[in-house]
Amino acid sequence: MSGKSLGLLIVLGLAIIVGSQSLYIVKETETALTLQFGQIVDNDIPPGLHFKTPFLQTVKTFDARILTLDAQPARFLTEGKKYVIVDAFVKWRIKNVLKYYKATSGDRFEASNRLADLANKGLRNEFGVRSLHEVVSGERDQLMTKLTADLNKETQENFGIEVLDVRVKAIDLPEELSNDVYRRMRAERDREAKEIRSEGNELAEGIRAEADRNKTVALANAYRESEQLKGDGDATAARIYAKAYNKDSEFYSFTRSLKAYTETFRSQDVLLLKPDSDFFRYMKDSKGK
Amino acid sequence: MAWNEPGGGKDPWGNGGNNGGNKGDNKGGNNQGPPDLDEALKQLMGKLNSMFGGKGGGDKKDSNQSAGGIIGIAALVGLLFLGFNSVYTLDEKERGVVLLLGKYERTEGPGLHFKLPVAETLMRIETTTVRTVNIEERMLTEDNNIVEIELNVQYRVQDPVSFALRIENPRLTLQHAAQSALRHDVGSTAMDPILTSGREATAEQVKLRLQSYLDRYQTGIQLTNVNVKDARPPSQVKASFDDVQAARQDKDRLISEAESYANAIVPQARGQAQRQLEEANAYKEQVVAKATGEADRFVALYTEYKKAPKVTRERLYIDAISEVYAKSNKVLVDVEGGNNMMYLPLDQIMKNIPQSNTGSASSIDVSAITDQVLNEIRTRQNDRRQETR
Repeated sequence: MSGKSLGLLIVLGLAIIVGSQSLYIVKETETALTLQFGQIVDNDIPPGLHFKTPFLQTVKTFDARILTLDAQPARFLTEGKKYVIVDAFVKWRIKNVLKYYKATSGDRFEASNRLADLANKGLRNEFGVRSLHEVVSGERDQLMTKLTADLNKETQENFGIEVLDVRVKAIDLPEELSNDVYRRMRAERDREAKEIRSEGNELAEGIRAEADRNKTVALANAYRESEQLKGDGDATAARIYAKAYNKDSEFYSFTRSLKAYTETFRSQDVLLLKPDSDFFRYMKDSKGK
Repeated sequence: MAWNEPGGGKDPWGNGGNNGGNKGDNKGGNNQGPPDLDEALKQLMGKLNSMFGGKGGGDKKDSNQSAGGIIGIAALVGLLFLGFNSVYTLDEKERGVVLLLGKYERTEGPGLHFKLPVAETLMRIETTTVRTVNIEERMLTEDNNIVEIELNVQYRVQDPVSFALRIENPRLTLQHAAQSALRHDVGSTAMDPILTSGREATAEQVKLRLQSYLDRYQTGIQLTNVNVKDARPPSQVKASFDDVQAARQDKDRLISEAESYANAIVPQARGQAQRQLEEANAYKEQVVAKATGEADRFVALYTEYKKAPKVTRERLYIDAISEVYAKSNKVLVDVEGGNNMMYLPLDQIMKNIPQSNTGSASSIDVSAITDQVLNEIRTRQNDRRQETR
């Protein structure tokens, strides 16, 4: 019995060793190729359970998912001889595992370096013929589409890598250029603030002036109307006087003169009188001769 | 370790001990299973016998018994392990991605589920939980200004299969893509709209763009909300921007001051104008009334005068003259013919007059002067008469 179970154990152990050498699993996220003495015998192996010749063949698996290359920020010169610091990333995946393995020995680090070099070269070329304004705004989409297409063509051919996208994560100005921008922004804002304050003064002065004008006009109009009213009054009064006094102008002169006399002299006035006036008629002569 | 943390750089294959997806396990289970099953069952039965009914048969071979017991316990543990490995529940917020020997098999919803033990592995993905990524960065605008933007991206996993299997590190991908999309849209917009009214529009654009990136990268991520939390000028220029705000307030203040001046002065002027008009009206009424009164008086007097002109005229004359003379100081000069040499000390007379107002004593002075004057006149007249004779 013990001999039998020992034999069983040995058989079992052998089976495990052979099984583990001949069966392998390619995961959903992977792609694989098999090598026999360093020669590729099978590639582009889909996910699932697979067989290979035990001991003679080895399996290499690679990440088949979409991978990210986050390149180091690099200084590029734009058309206006201005440096910008560009931080980009590349989305890529292994398209042709055979080419990929041949070109990079399946080393992702190696592949990333190659890809980063190419992407940087492409970016440098594209940035070199564009102004800062263009790369920051308008043309970024076209720029990236073109860059991606070019890069994709090259890497598919040479490395079996498909480049899905090249994107600029950040375009930053070097310190000295940033300071220029800040200075300009400050100047612009200072100008704006001044303008706003002047506008305020302008509007305020306008409002005051209008108020003053309204005041002057109102007073002038009032003066005009009041003079007209007074004139009306004077005219009416004159008419009334004339109508009355025309009845007997001589009598009017008489009464008016008398009234004027009484009003003219004040109590302190000294009158030098000749007693031959009509008033003193009876003073010298009772008969008034 | 459950595979329920979207992204975070965890690789299910790297530390998938619990998932049971390791090559060795699978191979072992698969290889070993079918051929050994009968024997294992036989051994299990023996072991169970030895455990429960074993006391009765305790006189059997000890060595064989103990070996069988160990194998039995191992089998039981194995069975329990397989049982736990094949039954699982998924929470309401989770989806289960099931892989059969590494190959994608199916996606399960919430509830109780079975899977083939060992051969199938389960990845739990939270799909309903909304997660947040924040980005705070300084960037260039279309008009070459620099702004600081705080972006808040909310997302959930829409497609657990893509999320788990199609892309490496979806969370980092989201971060990168969001940075890129934000830069792009801010870079295509002038600074003023970004800082003020255009924030919503920018957020909307970023959302569209970012979603298109995420779809292209097969992340399985669905954006629920993209929000520009803050957009501000960088600290280096903040003072100047604040000054613009202060200037706006200064402007408003100046205007409202001027308006209050206007509000004070114009109604006042209107009031003055009103007063002037009223005064003019009053004057008009006054002169007309006065004229009417005087005219009426004249007419009334005239009517009576007509009836007795001579007497009335005389009376009026004498009344008026007497009134004049009554209140004046009088010097009666009864001189026939012109004597130019007559001297009247008028300056003295006039000098004394103001005093006459104040006291009665002055009237004595006046009368004294008058007497003096009269005497003087008389002596001269006498002289003249003597001469003429």
